Amino acid sequence: MGFLDALLGRTKPVQPKLDDLFALPSAAIQLEAATGFTPTGSGSVCFRAPEGKPFADIQNEVRELLDMDADKGTALPVEVIKDSYAYTWLVSNHLSDEMDALVTDLHAVNSTLVDNGYGPQLLCTLVAFRDASHRRLALVYHYKRGTFYPFAPLNEQRQERDNALEFQVRGVLGQDMKIEPDQTRWFPLWGAPGL
Amino acid sequence: MATRTRYAPDRGLTVRMTATMFLLGLVFVAFVALIIGIMIAAHTSAGAIIVVALIFGGGSAWISLFYSDKIALAAAGAREVSPREAPQLHAIVDRLCALADMDKPRVAIAPTRMPNAFATGRNSKNSVLCVTDGMLGLGLTTEELEGVLAHELSHVAHKDVQVMTVASLLAIVAALLVRFAFYSELFGGGRRMGGDNGNAALLIPLIMLVSIVVYAISFLLIRLLSRYRELAADRSGALLTQNPSALISALSKVSGSMNRVPTQDLRAAEPLNAFYFAPAMKLHGGNGGGGGGFSLSGLFSTHPSLEKRIEELTKIQRELGQVGGPDQRGLR
Repeated sequence: MGFLDALLGRTKPVQPKLDDLFALPSAAIQLEAATGFTPTGSGSVCFRAPEGKPFADIQNEVRELLDMDADKGTALPVEVIKDSYAYTWLVSNHLSDEMDALVTDLHAVNSTLVDNGYGPQLLCTLVAFRDASHRRLALVYHYKRGTFYPFAPLNEQRQERDNALEFQVRGVLGQDMKIEPDQTRWFPLWGAPGL
Repeated sequence: MATRTRYAPDRGLTVRMTATMFLLGLVFVAFVALIIGIMIAAHTSAGAIIVVALIFGGGSAWISLFYSDKIALAAAGAREVSPREAPQLHAIVDRLCALADMDKPRVAIAPTRMPNAFATGRNSKNSVLCVTDGMLGLGLTTEELEGVLAHELSHVAHKDVQVMTVASLLAIVAALLVRFAFYSELFGGGRRMGGDNGNAALLIPLIMLVSIVVYAISFLLIRLLSRYRELAADRSGALLTQNPSALISALSKVSGSMNRVPTQDLRAAEPLNAFYFAPAMKLHGGNGGGGGGFSLSGLFSTHPSLEKRIEELTKIQRELGQVGGPDQRGLR
């Protein structure tokens, strides 16, 4: 935020960075090779819907918008969920080996939202992973920073996360992927849909 | 870039705020010019007083800015809380900071029964967001609490602590000059200067008079600026959450319950008033006068009246409602 904006007490909306999302498929391969974590095939986009419109309307609007992209050849089986913090999640489910398709879907959802003015409201995109012992891991894409960070929940109730695993993932992916350098911004997403 | 946006700046507010700051600057320049003029006319070297006032004023302003987070937390008796202690609070702040792409402030809770919240700190890295027990115990919904927190985060984003510190510098210096001039008058200043020039005897009362006038004007301007910045924070907060209605209902709940609060709490909270979510201290009771007319309490208060804030937020409600409405104005 610029000096003048601060002086005048106004905030410019922050536009999201979308393209880095395509780093995900190759990261998934790397992750599986190094840690044994495989994609579950589900991913989600989280955004803040403006008030006023009933949730059903947004749901329909997003559905409609996504259907307009149907000419790209991909039908988008997207689930719409509202969480307890009043954020809207669009969850896309694929097979675990369809990482490319999943990312394409997520990108389609993102760009549809951005084209329709929801850009500053985009919070994050999340892609879920599991390993053989059913440990959970998410790679979260932070739109406003254009960076990824790992989130490994251990216990939702006690709000414990597996920091060791998260740092391991950072070590594995840090070379090829923009990992958020500021760990204070690795905010948790307890009970996130799609995780 | 033809991407649509749902944000529109409030030009009127920007203009009024700029005008207020310009006036403050103007008063400052005029003040310095007048003092120098008086000194030259009186052929005296009372400049030392002014330099000392500037150094003292600037120094104390800088110290209060630099330690604003610590001072505010100590004054409110607040305690910093970890994500595990206050998961909901942290989760809301996390998300808002991610949406706005700003550094996350520390989060603190103050054991005060009065429902309120404030944010302070010299920069975004060192800021702290404090919520009182009263606010948490008010039974606000997640979205209402989020509205309150978004308002406070907007204060951080707008650097309101810095801006208001600089703005009050003028008033501090003027107040110090009054005091110095008064003391030097008392303790033989007149005797010392009596020898060289007859004008010098007039000098100190004149500086006092000018300083008092400047102090009064700058006081009113600073209060005006503070009210504009509250409105700006309301606006940015509502646009960030996209939910002005929740902020409106939070405001009315907070203001409604403020009237039942014992006075000891109010008095204790008075020094922090400028950065509070809702004014802790009201000069003449009521909410800045219910009517639309001119009121003295409205002129002196740090916060706009509840009616005014709700009116402005209702405008945002309308803006958000009409999709594509404010977009076509080619803003950027």
